[in-house]
Parts: sequence; C-alpha cells; structure tokens
Amino acid sequence: MSIQDLEKIFQDKIDNEIKIEPKDWMPEAYRKTNIRQISQHAHSEIVGMLPEGNWISRAPSLKRKAILLAKVQDEAGHGLYLYSACETLGISREETINDLHSGKAKYSSIFNYPTLTWADIGAVGWLVDGAAIMNQVMLTRTSYGPYARAMVRICKEESFHQRQGFEALLMLSRGTDEQKAMCQDAINRWWWPSLMMFGPRDSESSNSDQSMKWKIKRKSNDELRQQFVDMIAEQIKVLGMTLPDPDLKWNAERKHYDFGAINWDEFWAVVKGNGKCNKLRLEARKKAWDEGEWVREAAGVYAKKRLRKVELLRPAAG
Amino acid sequence: MTLPRIFRYGDIPEDKSGAAIISKETKTDWPLWEVFIRSKQGLDHKHAGSLHAADAKMAIENARDVYTRRMEGVSIWVVESKYITASNPEEAGELYEPAESKIYRHPTFYELPDEVNHM
Repeated sequence: MSIQDLEKIFQDKIDNEIKIEPKDWMPEAYRKTNIRQISQHAHSEIVGMLPEGNWISRAPSLKRKAILLAKVQDEAGHGLYLYSACETLGISREETINDLHSGKAKYSSIFNYPTLTWADIGAVGWLVDGAAIMNQVMLTRTSYGPYARAMVRICKEESFHQRQGFEALLMLSRGTDEQKAMCQDAINRWWWPSLMMFGPRDSESSNSDQSMKWKIKRKSNDELRQQFVDMIAEQIKVLGMTLPDPDLKWNAERKHYDFGAINWDEFWAVVKGNGKCNKLRLEARKKAWDEGEWVREAAGVYAKKRLRKVELLRPAAG
Repeated sequence: MTLPRIFRYGDIPEDKSGAAIISKETKTDWPLWEVFIRSKQGLDHKHAGSLHAADAKMAIENARDVYTRRMEGVSIWVVESKYITASNPEEAGELYEPAESKIYRHPTFYELPDEVNHM
C-alpha cells in the first residue's frame, strides 16, 4: 500500500470518529504531535504537584491537609496515566523524563508562578484546575485512544479538585477582612495566568489547524478561553469577589463576556524560561529524579536477585 | 554496556507505524507492566493501564496507588507487558471476516409470530 493510501485510510477513520489505537498505522507527524502534547500534559501534572505540595505542611486544618494531599496524589496519578499513554507511541519513559529535564519538553507555564498564601491553593483549584478541565473535557474525545481513555479517568477525578478550590475560597470570602483581602489578592494574581493557559490566540497558534483536522483538539484556544471566562465571570459573583479586568462585561449580542487584552509578552517570557519559578521547578524535578536513582537501582537489583532465586528452586525441565 | 532495546508488547507500534523503537537500557530501568482490575466481585478483570515496577509485587502496590485511589477495584492482575501478544490491526479484515456473513448467529435473524413473547 502506498503512503497516500495509508494516509487516506487513517484520515477516513478520524473523520468517521474511529479512534486510532497504538498498533494502527499513523502518520509520523501525528505520532510526534501526540508525543509532544501528551508528554507535556504529563509533565504539567508532575510539575503541578510542586506549587501545591508547597502548602501541604502548612494547610490551615487537618481536613484541608488531607484534601490537599489527596489532590497532589491525584496529580501524580494523572501524570502516570499520561506517561503510560505516551509510551504507547513508542517513546520510553526515561526519554520522556530526560526531555523534561533538558528543557526540550515544556510543561504548562502556569506552574512557574509561585503560591504565596493559603488562598493561592484555593485559586489554583478553582481557576487553574478549572481552566485545565475545559481543555481536558475536550480531550476525552481526542482521536488517539490511549490519550482519550487517560483523559476520561482524569476528568472523573478532576472535578473534586476544582470544587475543593472554590470551597476553600468561599470559606475565606466569608471570613475576616484579612481573609477576604487574601482571597481577592490570590484571584488577582491567578486570573490572567489562568487565561494564558489556553495558549496563544488562534491567529498565532502554529499547531492548531493540523491538530483540529486530526481531531487531537476539537476546540480552538480562543473558544475554550471564552468558555472559561463565561463560567468564571458567573462563579465569581458567588464569592462576592471581583476579577481584575475592568473590561470584563457581558455582551448581549455575542452572548459571551468580553474581556480585556492578555499580556502576551508575559506569556512568552514565562514560556521561554523567565517566569518567577521556572528554574526552581526544574531543579526540584531533577533533584527528585537524581536522589531517587539509588532507590530505582536497588529495587531493580533486588528484583533480579529474587528472580534468580526462584529460577534456582525450579526443578530442571525433563 | 548499553544494549539496544526494542519494545515488543502489544501496545507499542513496531516498524509500520511509529519509529522502530530503540532506547538505551540503563541499570535503573524497570519493566513495563499491564494492569487489570476487577471492579467488583462477579465482574471480569478489565485492562486499566500500565506502569513501571521492578517486580510483580511492586507492580501490584503501584497499581493500587495509581489505579484504585477511589475504590475502583477489589482485585488486581499485573503482567509484564512483553508477555502480551496482540493481533495485528492490518490483518483485522481476514481475521474477523468469517464471522461477518453469519448473521444467523444472532437472535434477530429469526422472525417469530408476535404471540411468542420473550424468546
């Protein structure tokens, strides 16, 4: 079969909503795009544990501590689901992780912002996880089977993340003046970076067209961003707080909220490594990996030793 | 010494689709395991995903943490991924063709009078 025939069969499957599975033929660029996207998604989950892990020991109550622990443990799980999905495309786990450590692979820039107060944990759950969920719900229908299945599992678990964040902020919003101010401050700092999570404007997003045609993505960055703004603009009213955007206004004609201009210079600066915590995050990941080396090695050696023992005990064939 | 390693288990594409996968084996590399979970007594074990572990015991412990954090399972099976043999999707046509024409294997093939309920 010619490559054109294979490509046609492949695109027909996509057009007919038939999922692509690991052993199916796929264009090299489809495989690469998925590897890039899934691994970045996995890295984001893993790096995403850092800003929140920062608050586990300082959560204001035992209940909040247990919740935060469970949430961070979920992020680890989500990273692992995604690394597994990525491996089905033929890249080894170690290569994937090396790419993160070398800076070749990116992770979501949002995690390069610091979590300064307890209210940030609420804002991260509500806004950051809220934005992530928009994207992830879309991805449960992505064309690559293992990725879609991982996303289904993730989405089931993720909704608690957003709800606990909102609830934490709700508590603060009903608290003392100081707590209210802390709540508003966290929202002010996390709002714009959350909007940036959806990526560049459609007019400037280089990967979008092909990804839509292959149904890796099904909604554009701007569509998802608008959906998010519409949702949050309503929810903020329940908190009795405000979003730091004077241009935020319901547009009856469009049936959507209008919102102000995003600072794209900031976005690109953080993507390029100049965010507040880029260096810190990557160093923390590398340190964890390097310091775990002896554990991985010891477990491997122990497993081999045990296997040898079992083989020695087994009666010879014949 | 590093040896070229080629993945050969079910879920990894071989030469036809992705690149031929060769990666360096290191001393800390743990094998990949496929995880199957029985969600409750009376149901089959179902494929949940995969993970890396040094041995079977660790694979089960990791599977517990990764795939059953919300009581999704009452029993876990793990098997090293390399022991799974998968059918080739390119041969799906020939492989399943014999079943295609045998519509009389389905109950809907038989038209019965309305008086015969629930058969």
